[in-house]
Amino acid sequence: MTAKSSTPTNLRSKTLSGAEIIYRCLGLEGVEFIFGHPGAVLLTLLDLFLERSKIKHVLTRHEQCAAHMAEGYARASGGVGVCLTTSGPGATNLITGITDAYMDSIPIVCLTGQVSTSVVGNDAFQEADIVGMTRTVTKHNYLIKNMADLAPSIREAFHIARTGRPGPVLIDLPKDILLGEAPFQVPEGEVDIRGYKPRTKGHPRQIKRVAEAIKEAKKPVLYVGGGVIHADASKEVEKLATAADIPVTWTLLGAGAFPSENKLSLGMLGMHGTAYANMAVDECDLLIAVGARFDDRVTGKVSEFATKAKIIHIDIDPTAIGKNLPVEIPVVGDAKQVLREINKLVKRQKRTLWHKRVDRFKEDFPLTFEAAEGGPIKPQEAILTLSEEAGGDAIFTTEVGQHQMWAAQYLQVSFPRHFISSGGLGTMGFGFPAAIGASLARPDKLVIDIAGDGSFQMVLQEMATTVQYGIPVKVFILNNYGLGMVRQWQDLFMDRRFSEVGLEVGPDYVQLAAAYGAKGLHIEDRCDLRPAIQEMIKTPGPFILDVKVDPDELVFPMVPAGGANRDMILNDPRKKKPKGRLSALPDN
Amino acid sequence: MPNNDQNNGDEEIHTFAVLVENKFGVLAKVASLFSARGYNIDSLCVGVTQDPSVSRITLVTSGDINILEQIRKQLSKLIDTIKVLELDDKETAERELVLIKVSAPKDKRSEVLQIVEIFRARTIDISNDALIIEVTGDEGKIGAMLELLRPYGIKEIARTGKVGLSRGAKTLKGLKN
Repeated sequence: MTAKSSTPTNLRSKTLSGAEIIYRCLGLEGVEFIFGHPGAVLLTLLDLFLERSKIKHVLTRHEQCAAHMAEGYARASGGVGVCLTTSGPGATNLITGITDAYMDSIPIVCLTGQVSTSVVGNDAFQEADIVGMTRTVTKHNYLIKNMADLAPSIREAFHIARTGRPGPVLIDLPKDILLGEAPFQVPEGEVDIRGYKPRTKGHPRQIKRVAEAIKEAKKPVLYVGGGVIHADASKEVEKLATAADIPVTWTLLGAGAFPSENKLSLGMLGMHGTAYANMAVDECDLLIAVGARFDDRVTGKVSEFATKAKIIHIDIDPTAIGKNLPVEIPVVGDAKQVLREINKLVKRQKRTLWHKRVDRFKEDFPLTFEAAEGGPIKPQEAILTLSEEAGGDAIFTTEVGQHQMWAAQYLQVSFPRHFISSGGLGTMGFGFPAAIGASLARPDKLVIDIAGDGSFQMVLQEMATTVQYGIPVKVFILNNYGLGMVRQWQDLFMDRRFSEVGLEVGPDYVQLAAAYGAKGLHIEDRCDLRPAIQEMIKTPGPFILDVKVDPDELVFPMVPAGGANRDMILNDPRKKKPKGRLSALPDN
Repeated sequence: MPNNDQNNGDEEIHTFAVLVENKFGVLAKVASLFSARGYNIDSLCVGVTQDPSVSRITLVTSGDINILEQIRKQLSKLIDTIKVLELDDKETAERELVLIKVSAPKDKRSEVLQIVEIFRARTIDISNDALIIEVTGDEGKIGAMLELLRPYGIKEIARTGKVGLSRGAKTLKGLKN
């Protein structure tokens, strides 16, 4: 007897293992790299990386760094970053990275192993309810319980991560799902989720109102955030700013969305923003927020923020609009699409008087620091010199703390995706793994992690990863032998009682680099700064440059927590200076 | 439930009907949203709709208008949410079912049964000392009945939470019948 099939072979779906289905689904999504750490439940999936090269697995030394590398990859490339860890501790170690991605709207997909469905809930070895734990820090998450759901869920996960307001999606994969078999067919058509249809096109009536408001405004300011970078809307922002002659300020995550060398640029606003950005926002009569969310580090005391302004808020996420303060003209939509429509309606305008006023702010209250001949290296001059030597084409990541704020203030960033920092969550230990992810995403670029000694010590084990894969990340440590930002708050608000912020005991970073097989350099003198940076840049492979900086330097300007932006402290109050506060500036 | 102390105005009570995917873990996603953001849930009631792939959650919550607007948006933002509807008191037929075990010794029993009759409630269990009463109605009716029964001694109460449908022929779209 012969069996005859009526279905032609090419239409018949193949039966594949769960691990194989995952590998193929990731391939279909264009995944190049998976950042991961292995575990017993992943054996069959890990086995596939031995002989295939379409997707490269990068073995990290800690799972938290796998999530940050996925973030760094996503932030630098605009694609989706992927990480893979085992059940239990492997999964729980991802949570900080996932939360970081959630706060900053970064598209990553996290695959976690899980114990078999038959023992889920039994407190099995290395079991953790990761879906339960990440419910409020993921855009969406899945526990796969049926083979039939595997391929569609992976496809949905990538769609959800990269569309609308991007964010992390987690897929929990029980061992029996990896081992099981199911028919697999390459899916066709668009992903369709009935409860998820992000609105990308702005409402035409609202767009018309925006254009009218811009025309009527005398003192407008554009305030751009990470959403502009996610939406790839930098060109549109520049076009609007240029045509309507509007100064532009940005959030930490918006750095690079508008070229900092443009004469319309005001730099960053907020707690450690430039005085002139905060003053312009305080005085403006129209504030156009694009892809920004009025975070408390931006607004200071909300009731005192941009009190004279009509507020326009363009955002793809309706929950971001009206959350922290009332908005006159809300526009829900994709920043690029909305700005294109607005640009069609906006006529060329000149605002000479407003620019005169803003220029006055810039002249009277510039960013300043004092570096003395023969004195210690100032962190600000270290960043300025680094910026000059690295040039506009380099990608910078940062850790979290004082060095991050100085980087945001003093780096020249001309392009989107060239400044990568942990904004919302403020995760120390983010920058180094993020730089590794960024370097793999953009192998043609010089990638530099601007680090503090405190942050770098949280993740320095990843030096091994850089050496193993030859990832030429440069770690530029502004070493003040302490936890500078907390120390700054103690300095200003706790009577200089420095509790638990000293890191006098730390590694010798040159020896540390050598121990991992990388190069390193330590400097203390101002005259060594430029040559050392040049050496770091021209040395191939990973490199640590340990720069001993003045530990007493504080970040200014600064808005005290809970204070109004207009009451920002401009200069170091420890040094006697008569004019200190912005409110002192007379009105025009 | 945690209280939200950032009130910007008068507290209002709102009822939301939320259509969600009838899937594992969806109720937990809705509940987590409330606990993570510090919103109140006064009552919550879930059941499958005429379309077996869709569940309907009726949720009563309170807050000022800004918080209620955020709640509506946040509920809509969940991937598993298909539709969010605010149920307006005037345009909604609302009901809750309550079981009340009330103390009713022989000398008081007839008085209690009279209240049951007036409210068109039902007695579903009777013993020497107590009755179980089943009452269905809107908030006003149930509140009034509880008030009248209280002097007799309410021993136990079980409430379903409110459910509601908007009046008239209007329906939520997107469901299979």
